[in-house]
Amino acid sequence: MPHLPRGTLAMDSGTPQSVLRAENVSLVLGAQSILSGVDLAVAPGESVTLVGPNGAGKTMLLRVLMGLVAPTSGVVARRSGLRVGYLPQTLAPDPILPMDVRRFVGIGSDASQSRRSQALDEVGIGDLSRRPLHELSGGEMRRAMLARALLRDPEILVMDEPVQGVDLAGQVELYDRIAKVKTDNGSAVLMVSHDLNLVMAATDRVICLNHHVCCEGAPESVRGNAEYRALFGDDVESLAVYTHHHDHAHRADGEVVPLEQAHD
Amino acid sequence: MTEGLIGGLVVALVAAPMGCFILWRRMVFFGAAVSHSALLGVALGLALGINVTAGVVLTAAAVAVMLVILRRDKRLADDTILGVVAHGALALGLIALAFLKGPGIDLEAVLFGDIGSITRSDLVWIFAGGGAGLVVLAAIWKPLLAMTVHEEMAVIEGAPVAVIRMVFMLTLAVVVGVALKVVGALLIVSLLIIPAAAARRLTMGPESMAAIAAVIGVVSVLGGLQAHVAWGVPAGPAVVVVAVLVFGLTFGVGVRNLIRSDPGPN
Repeated sequence: MPHLPRGTLAMDSGTPQSVLRAENVSLVLGAQSILSGVDLAVAPGESVTLVGPNGAGKTMLLRVLMGLVAPTSGVVARRSGLRVGYLPQTLAPDPILPMDVRRFVGIGSDASQSRRSQALDEVGIGDLSRRPLHELSGGEMRRAMLARALLRDPEILVMDEPVQGVDLAGQVELYDRIAKVKTDNGSAVLMVSHDLNLVMAATDRVICLNHHVCCEGAPESVRGNAEYRALFGDDVESLAVYTHHHDHAHRADGEVVPLEQAHD
Repeated sequence: MTEGLIGGLVVALVAAPMGCFILWRRMVFFGAAVSHSALLGVALGLALGINVTAGVVLTAAAVAVMLVILRRDKRLADDTILGVVAHGALALGLIALAFLKGPGIDLEAVLFGDIGSITRSDLVWIFAGGGAGLVVLAAIWKPLLAMTVHEEMAVIEGAPVAVIRMVFMLTLAVVVGVALKVVGALLIVSLLIIPAAAARRLTMGPESMAAIAAVIGVVSVLGGLQAHVAWGVPAGPAVVVVAVLVFGLTFGVGVRNLIRSDPGPN
């Protein structure tokens, strides 16, 4: 038996302990079965995306995993003291609360002013640091939310529809950024998305949910799955997985800039 | 009168950050309902022979907790429940005080404050309650702000939201208790919200808004007491009127900023 350093979590039959795990989770609300027999685990540093049609229970599963809703049956286990960075589906800042962008990104952490500026630069909105939060566009707000969550130095970054309200060019860049989170921070990523193609390039594993887990696996293998194709139909054929390389980037306002200039 | 001045300043200091959260969390009517229950608290304190401030704090806390529970019934709107409780508490308090009527009960003082009657022993309560309120607010500031921005986000990221909400309610009850003698049950809520509302137009951050609200509260107490001494106007209402005047002045600043502000290239 190899010696484990102090503080290391015990290994379970050779696999690293997951940061987040659901076993046989079911959820019934009223007479409606929202989730049934869902098994799911996110390993440290792993990027997992929940996809599925509207009304498939993706957001509800996320709520159960995050402890907002208790499952009707089954078990949810989070690593104790798990540091989560969360991006809600919507965050509509209220102008009655005076808050500029640099103050907002400090919520949930004790990050210094210089770390905040750095985080804002990294998501490409360094020039907006003194802008009142409620004046941000949808895409700028998403970036600010991502910077805030990352400043928590999360063990898992949890996102519900992270590119909602962002134009296509911005979506591509945000997903690139999210894909980078894993390599830069070693953080696991769990996200919900109903769009199939962009997201698949940014993730290790896709879980296709339609009240139960239809199929799961690497993005390419899921795309070949019969149940998956039945759920999403022609979308699968008409759109290719969006893996690509950039020859330019976009600033938060959408303007085209050379690659090296965009991220610093 | 010195005691009154010191008491008023302490209350203004603790009311400022509390008032900011009341604005941000849209709890003005909630604050009013809890404040109106102070009347009942005075009656309770007298009837039980305990300290009146303690009676007010206990009653305000009970009403706050009751409101939180009642608001879970979604068949009635929040403002409906608050209206029922606020006026119910006020009416019940008036009846209770009428029964207890005798020497030492001055209804007008309970309703509108009597800063001149603040004694040394009142000051002890005001310092203890006001100081505790400030310490508690500072302690819960960060998670309370996080849940004000996005409550689910705060829950998911580990903030003990239910505990903090309850602590905030109890702190509000304490602030109501210590503010009663200064501005009275009917005007407590104005000392909470008017300085904060005036500060909103002058600030870009939550902490600076609380600090500026505290300054405006202090100025209001000083100005109100000055007017009380100089012209014999009732002190509590004078404090509120000064706060309203400052609020009016910030409108001028706000309008000027609007005219000056350049939206800039987008």
